[in-house]
Order: sequence, then structure tokens, then C-alpha cells
Amino acid sequence: MKFVLAGQPNSGKSTIFNSVAGYRSATANFPGSSVSFTITRALILGREVEVVDLPGIYSLTSSREAAGEAESYLLDEDYDLIIDVMDASRLGRSLELTLQLLELERPMIVALNMMDEAVRSGIEVDAEDLAQELGVPVVPTVGRRGSGLRDLFRGALRQAHCGEASRSLELDRKVEEAVGRVRELLAESEFENTVPPRFVAEKLIERDPHFERDVYSARPELEAQVLGVAEGLQEFHGWSSDQVVSGSRHAVAHRIEEKVVTMHPPQVGWREWADRLLLHPLTGGPLMVLILGALFWFVFRVGQRLEVPLLALTDRLALALATQFPPDTFVGAIAGGALTGIAGGVALVLPYLVPFLLGLAVLEDTGYLPRMAYILDNFMHRIGLHGKSVLPLILGYGCSVPAIMSARILESRRDRRITAVLASFIPCSARTIVIFGLVAAYMGPVWALFIYLFNLILVVILGNVLARTMKGASPGLILEIPELRLPHPKTMVAKTWMTLKEFIIIAWPLLVASSVVLGFLEWAHAANSVNGLLSPLTVTILGLPAAVGMTLIFGILRKELTLVMLVQALGTTQLNTVMTDGQLLTFTLFVVFYVPCVATIAVMGRELGWKDTAWVTTFSLLVAVVVGIAGRFAYALFA
Amino acid sequence: MGYDPILEGVSPMMALDTVDVKRRARVILIDGGHRVRAHLNTLGIHIGDWLTVVERAPFRGPVLVEVNGSRLALGRGIASKIKVEIEGSIESLSTPPREAEAEQR
Ligand SMILES: Nc1nc2c(ncn2[C@@H]2O[C@H](COP(=O)(O)OP(=O)(O)OP(=O)(O)O)[C@@H](O)[C@H]2O)c(=O)[nH]1
Ligand SMILES: [Mg+2]
Repeated sequence: MKFVLAGQPNSGKSTIFNSVAGYRSATANFPGSSVSFTITRALILGREVEVVDLPGIYSLTSSREAAGEAESYLLDEDYDLIIDVMDASRLGRSLELTLQLLELERPMIVALNMMDEAVRSGIEVDAEDLAQELGVPVVPTVGRRGSGLRDLFRGALRQAHCGEASRSLELDRKVEEAVGRVRELLAESEFENTVPPRFVAEKLIERDPHFERDVYSARPELEAQVLGVAEGLQEFHGWSSDQVVSGSRHAVAHRIEEKVVTMHPPQVGWREWADRLLLHPLTGGPLMVLILGALFWFVFRVGQRLEVPLLALTDRLALALATQFPPDTFVGAIAGGALTGIAGGVALVLPYLVPFLLGLAVLEDTGYLPRMAYILDNFMHRIGLHGKSVLPLILGYGCSVPAIMSARILESRRDRRITAVLASFIPCSARTIVIFGLVAAYMGPVWALFIYLFNLILVVILGNVLARTMKGASPGLILEIPELRLPHPKTMVAKTWMTLKEFIIIAWPLLVASSVVLGFLEWAHAANSVNGLLSPLTVTILGLPAAVGMTLIFGILRKELTLVMLVQALGTTQLNTVMTDGQLLTFTLFVVFYVPCVATIAVMGRELGWKDTAWVTTFSLLVAVVVGIAGRFAYALFA
Repeated sequence: MGYDPILEGVSPMMALDTVDVKRRARVILIDGGHRVRAHLNTLGIHIGDWLTVVERAPFRGPVLVEVNGSRLALGRGIASKIKVEIEGSIESLSTPPREAEAEQR
């Protein structure tokens, strides 16, 4: 059996999904946190069920010719039940999507989520009345606390079992007449589709480009006739036919809302005040700088506290190992490499990664990110983008892979392309570890801050250039700003753990394996030849020790590797004893900019195409060299 | 387009990006193509809806509006395409906006 979670963005689909799946689908307090679907197998009340979490959609009518992932899934895939997750605090708007989902004529159940938010806004919804109106069961839930979810899934099983399909609600009389006529036309020409004919008819009248292409390519003769019907509707109402249909849906939604909702005075609380300050023209900007500064400081202090004792410990271990098995023996080289890989993960990566991920989770869960989009909209216009691009860019500080994918939330292709490219240049958490572990740790936090600012300036310049060279319309900022929420400790831990797990399962073994390989290459004196090959770049141009050559090669796999392998290659954790401050700075700058890691390259290839990806990769190498040289000589001159 | 001629002359039509903070206004026309209108519709802005301007970012930044219980940030480009009439129309326009703002609190 297969259940599909559908609903408007930010209504809590992924939260409900995670309640049965464990934390598997990222949740965040901004619309568009899921951009592709996630499937899990779960045991629900003793039955094995497949559950699918879809990206949020505002409507089933697409204005794009290529239907989005959620739309195609709902229209074309096989499943047994739709769980429509509605945001009770935005009932009217959620109803408009619900009406369209009902028209799919599949078994359906409504999760009336965010009941706590609704109460706070003074909205009392009568779930039974709503169920009566919609003709499907309605279960009130609070996804975040998990209340109502048992009932929801019990109801879902029952509904899927009896298999009773939902029924469309009746729209405006004229619309129904027009839909009826188009249905007849479709029936006459024997057009078949996976979706119910009523739905197809309605979409044709709404001039949905996706359906028009589908139907008219198979039955070209229908086009003129259907357009005739649509025009009739238009003449009668004096509005374009799509407006008539959506307007009539709006009217029905509004009527239902009036019927099932009782309004009470809303509770005004801290969020009103916080929002007033966070978004105020005078205080909004400074507060943003303060918040980001606090995040930086938090990562640095916590990281330092943890790193120093952990490094001391792993150094002692390494020393003990080296006396037992000298590094110039085969066993010693391999074991030394393995230990560096394991210890590097513990002592170099985790101390900064954990606080950083926690901080990022706070930003995402409170709902501060869309507020940053609002505040920075103006600034982003200077680049030639708009505020919404801020979301992928900030996510880029976590990891480039989801950041590049989240560029899908942008409406225009041009904006998507530019934003994805820029996101790959933002230092992700792996690069952050290098920045903190090398520059902040040995040269001080101010230098690390300088790298971030410098990177940002370059991203702005690059954005400017790209925006000027790439043509295409951009609609400007249209973004829903969700309520501020206090971060939920359980969600934050789960979310941090999800990313950490990825590090532990994928990156750490890679770290150990790479260190072992490097240990072996060093033992076999093969590392030197690779380093020698790269020495024109590393030694002559950048002024770095030749041994960093191998680390840069491994760094393409994962950027954290550069730091850990540097320890291995130079044979000490006290890197400042073998590299000067200028070299540390140059190395870090180079690592921040040069070639995206393989995972990023793969996702970029998928999202942007291989031509763009090849271009970005080459360009990033070029930038890294220029920046490295600049860092080398600027440091020599000024510091 | 869906513009009711009866409304014309009753109250002045202004672009949403020129409406003062804390003012209520009613959408009477959405300029720009079919897509923009459809997109705004799905986000909860329809012709005839009342909305409140919550905040306006300086230097031609976006405006923040509250409509049907949700808050939307709209870039100035979009906001200038949404034509509205102000609550209380002509009288309230003749009073200085500052006072009107104070009254509403
Ligand atoms: N107050 C409250 N918050 C909730 C509830 N359910 C989910 N949330 C929070 O709402 C935010 C959005 O939840 P998600 O599960 O990411 O929403 P989604 O529907 O998957 O969103 P998209 O993937 O963007 O479409 C998160 O911050 C959740 O913690 C609820 O019932 N009440
Ligand atoms: Mg989601």
C-alpha cells in the first residue's frame, strides 16, 4: 500500500512523514524546504506501507510546461491514498488546493495540521463540519508534537482499505457547464489519460500548458473546439477563463471556510514584537549582522573548546603508535594513515561541524531565512537576482548539494542557473572546517571572518557578471513569510544527526581510506611523484610545501579531506610549526575556491547540465589560482 | 481585464508599493501577464481581497503584506503591478498619513 503526502508548502508534510520514517526528509520553516520527493517503507499499525513525501505545491495548475515533481507524481503515479496536509491557520488558501486534489478522484484523507498555530491566530475549525463539506475524513493534527498522527494513520489505512474515491465539489454553474461540454468532447474523441476526464477538462479550460500539450498533440482537432468553450465562458464573465475557474474555486473555498471557522481574537505574543524588530527598516539589517556574527562566534568558541583537548589526545595516540610501528615500515605507514583518518574525523572535523550544523538548524527552524530574503532583496537586486536566491545561498553554507537543488524554488530558469552556480562557490560546512581548523585556529577568528567576507565579495561580483551576461525575465520576489517559531530541540537534534550521519557513513570511511592510501603512497615513495607533478602550481605559484599536492587531489572527493590529509602529509597536527601563516591563508583560500567536490559536480551536472558544470569547474580552478596568488602576496606585503 | 468600471472615480487607484505602512487596501486590479496573476492567486491574493501593508523596506526594497492570514514579501516590481484602493478612500488620503497611522494603533 502506498500513501502520498501532498499539500501546500510549509504545511508540515515532511514533519508528518518523519514521524513514521524517522528523520529522513529535511524539514525547515520556510516554503520549499523539500524540492524532491522522499519514499520510505514504514510499519503503520502493523501494516507495511510505503509513504511518499512530496514537495509542497500551491496549486495543481502549473504555469510551466514541464509539470513539477509533485504534480507529475500526483497525476501519473500509482498510489492508494492521498494524505492532504492542510495548514489550519491558512485554511482558505489550503482549501483551494484541497479542492483540486479532490478532483483527482482517489481515496483521500485530510490532515488538518498546525492546529496549535490556528488556535493562536484565533481560528477555530470544526473538523467534522469540514469533513462533511469535503466528503473525506478530516483529522486535526499538530505534526510537530505528534498529536493526532495515530488517528490520522488509522483513518488513512481505513480509507485506503475501503478504497472510496474522493468526489469533486461543484463549482460555479457556468464553469460546470463548460467542463461538462469539454468532457463530452474528450469522450467523443476517445481521449484517454491517467487522470479523471473532469480534471483534464478543467485544466484545458484553465489553459494549463502541460495539459494542452498532452491533449492537443494527440487530438489536434480538439483545440479549436475547447478554446471555443473557454471563450464562451470568458464572454459570459468578462474575465479570462483561467480566472473564472480559479475565481470560482476561490469562492467555493471561501464559502466552506466561512462555514467551518469561528473566529476569536488572536493572541498577540512575542512573535509580533520580534518580527517588528527583525523586519524594521532601521533595526532589521543590524540585527541580521548581529545574528550571523553570533553564529560565527558560537561555532568558533565551541569548536576551540573541543578541538584542543581532542587533538592532544589523538597526538598521544599517534605517538604511541609511531613508537610501536615506525612510519617507514609498511604496517606503520598503513596504520598511521588509518589513525590519522579516524582521529582527523574526531578531532578536526566534528568539533566545528557539530556547532555549525546546530546553528544552521536554528536559522532554518525559527523561520529566519525567509526574513533574510526579505531584508536582502534590495541587495540581491544589485546583483541582478532577487531575495529568494538568498535561501539557496544560505543553505550553501551547510552543503552545496541541497543548496544547488533548492535553487529549484526560483521561478525563472535564469535565476535558477545563476543561483546554483553561486551556491557552489559558497564555503560549505566542509570548507568551513578547513577555514576554522587552519585559519581561525592558528591565525585568529578575524582572519577567518576575512575569508568569509572576501568570498562573499567575490560571489557578489561573479553574480553581477553572470546576471549581466544571462538574459531572461525574472518575476522578482514573491515569498511567503511563515510565522516565527521557537526551535524545537528534538527536531534540531534529529536534523543535525541526519547530516552528521552522512558524514560518519560516507565521509569518514572515505577519510580513513584516503589516509591509508596516502600512507601507502608515501611508503612506496609514489606520493612524491604526484606532488612533483603538481609542484609548479603548489610550490612555484602558490608558495606552499610540495606535500600539499596530494591533499588537493583527495580534496576533490570531499573538501574536509584536505585538512585531515594535510596533517597526514606533513606528519604533524601542529600545522603552524611547518607552515607559515601566509601559507595557511593561501592554502585555505585555494581550498575554498578550487573545484567543487564530486558530489557537487554530480548534482550540478544533473541540475544545470554538463556544459555549465564543466565551465564552472574550470572557472573555479582559475579563480582559486588567482585568489591564492593574491592571498600569498597580499599577506607578504601587508602582514 | 477584470476591472470594474463602477469603481472608477469612486476612489483613487494606487499601486501597492506606494501604500503606507499599516494601511488597509483592497486589490482592484493585477497588471502583468496571466502567470503573475495566477501565481498571486495561488498565494492568496485575489482581486477584491483586503490586505494590510505590514512593512516597507527602505530604498525601494520589498513590501510585506498581510492577506487572508498569511504574510507575503513582494518585491517592488510585483507590488507596483498590484493596484489597490485605500480603505476609507478620499478622506483618509487628505489626512496626513502620520496621524492616520497613530489612530490605527
Ligand atoms: N506549530 C507547528 N509547527 C509545525 C507543525 N507541523 C510542522 N511544523 C513546523 O513547520 C515547519 C514546516 O514543516 P515541514 O514539515 O518542513 O513542511 P513541509 O510541508 O514539508 O514543507 P515543504 O517541504 O516546504 O513543502 C517546520 O519548522 C516544522 O517544525 C504543527 O503542527 N504546528
Ligand atoms: Mg517538506
